[in-house]
Amino acid sequence: MREGGTLVARADGRVDGANAREFQDDLTKAIEADDQAVVLDLENLSYISSAGLRVILMTARKLREQGSKFAVCSLSASIKEVFEISGFDKIISIQDSQAEAIAALND
Amino acid sequence: MADNPHKILVVDDEPDVEMLVLQRMRRNIRAGDYEFVFAPNGVEALERLQREDDIDMVVSDINMPRMDGLTLLEQIPKVDPNIRAVIVSAYGDMQNIRTAMNRGAFDFVTKPLDFEDLRVTIDRTLRHMAEWREALSSRDKLVALENELDVARKIQQSILPTEFPQGAGYRVFGNMEPARSVGGDFFDILHLENGRIGLAIADVSDKGVPAALFMMSSRTLLKGAGIGQSDSGEVLREVNDLLYENNESAMFVTTFYGVYDPASREFEYANGGHNPPLVVHPDGTSDLLPLTDGVALGLMPDLSYERNSVTLSPGDVVVLYTDGVTEALNAADEEFGVERLQATFADSPPRGCREATQAVFEAVEAFAGDTPQSDDITCLTLCTGEFET
Repeated sequence: MREGGTLVARADGRVDGANAREFQDDLTKAIEADDQAVVLDLENLSYISSAGLRVILMTARKLREQGSKFAVCSLSASIKEVFEISGFDKIISIQDSQAEAIAALND
Repeated sequence: MADNPHKILVVDDEPDVEMLVLQRMRRNIRAGDYEFVFAPNGVEALERLQREDDIDMVVSDINMPRMDGLTLLEQIPKVDPNIRAVIVSAYGDMQNIRTAMNRGAFDFVTKPLDFEDLRVTIDRTLRHMAEWREALSSRDKLVALENELDVARKIQQSILPTEFPQGAGYRVFGNMEPARSVGGDFFDILHLENGRIGLAIADVSDKGVPAALFMMSSRTLLKGAGIGQSDSGEVLREVNDLLYENNESAMFVTTFYGVYDPASREFEYANGGHNPPLVVHPDGTSDLLPLTDGVALGLMPDLSYERNSVTLSPGDVVVLYTDGVTEALNAADEEFGVERLQATFADSPPRGCREATQAVFEAVEAFAGDTPQSDDITCLTLCTGEFET
């Protein structure tokens, strides 16, 4: 789904070591080189392991290299805790909702 | 240990070293565990390696005439890629330790030589080599991915401590239960100056051989940084920058590192994105160690790591664990969680480190039932000196 110039992607269910590669492939396919901003909506994500965090990190790095912006949004309390404990909240933009994320990236 | 003694080549230009090694290791030599041979520099060490194909491992000094230890490290794989080397470096000499690691050293020990540490390091290296050889020999029997995971698993197992110190004023015990396929937990115990002890627990973000090698360098860099300086925040800062340097594949390692001083019962720590440990009191109540806002190591350069410290009371147990404990699932898809971990100790206050570690594993096992284990489960505990084990 694209909102203005922003790609909104969603991750649902569990992302762990068993399906992290699939998650990465899906994200890679979804993101196009001319996407200026990407929001990953995690509202329906129930669990993410460190392998899943690594996919998000690699996505963020790749986007930064192509000069695009990236944020995640709508994290449940438990997913937010994972981001906070691992320190990912310091290196990846976390927004409360899709609308806020889109607004923040298009600032 | 084995039917034939393991043959170890010690390379050092100090004439006293040969006598000292033979004298201090005499029990292992007499028991048929080790056989030592010696060379005074890298050139003669290489000649010896070419001449004798039964040398299992090398312990080498760095500064030597004719060929130094770092150059020797580069040359050893050309003679036999399966020989592992342990480097002897000056205390806290991170520059040389880094170079040695980049050139494939398996581990290092520091000067002045602590022969107990050297013995543990030699055993660990030999164990790693035995597992490595077994993994290589079974390579053809397995499909590629399974084999890769198998090799990675063996590397992981080979770096874990198998002996737990029971020093003056503290006890330590740890265990790791590997998941079938995924996982990258490790822990380490460092003997520091003035009777202090360093504890590390960590979780690498990926699986497979590259992740296992990342784990090996994380462990060695932590050890190097840990004995090089006493500030736990500085230790994580240094390891983070070193791991970031050659980390193309965006791997990272959540790491908790703490230093316990039995004399003052002060536990000083810094946390690089790892689950906060639990301090369990003698009455079974417990507190999480406050987070210090650190980012997992290897992600970004030039980060700083805040440190914190707590003073333990007699009878306290510090429980370090990985997310394999708190995120273990039961049949109803519920996570074990920190509350159940705390409840485990509230129901039966720990009476020692070994018992506390076992209690965690038993509680997780009982909770998970038949639900398959999806991540490594690791627990490392530290007790003040009031306990037997």
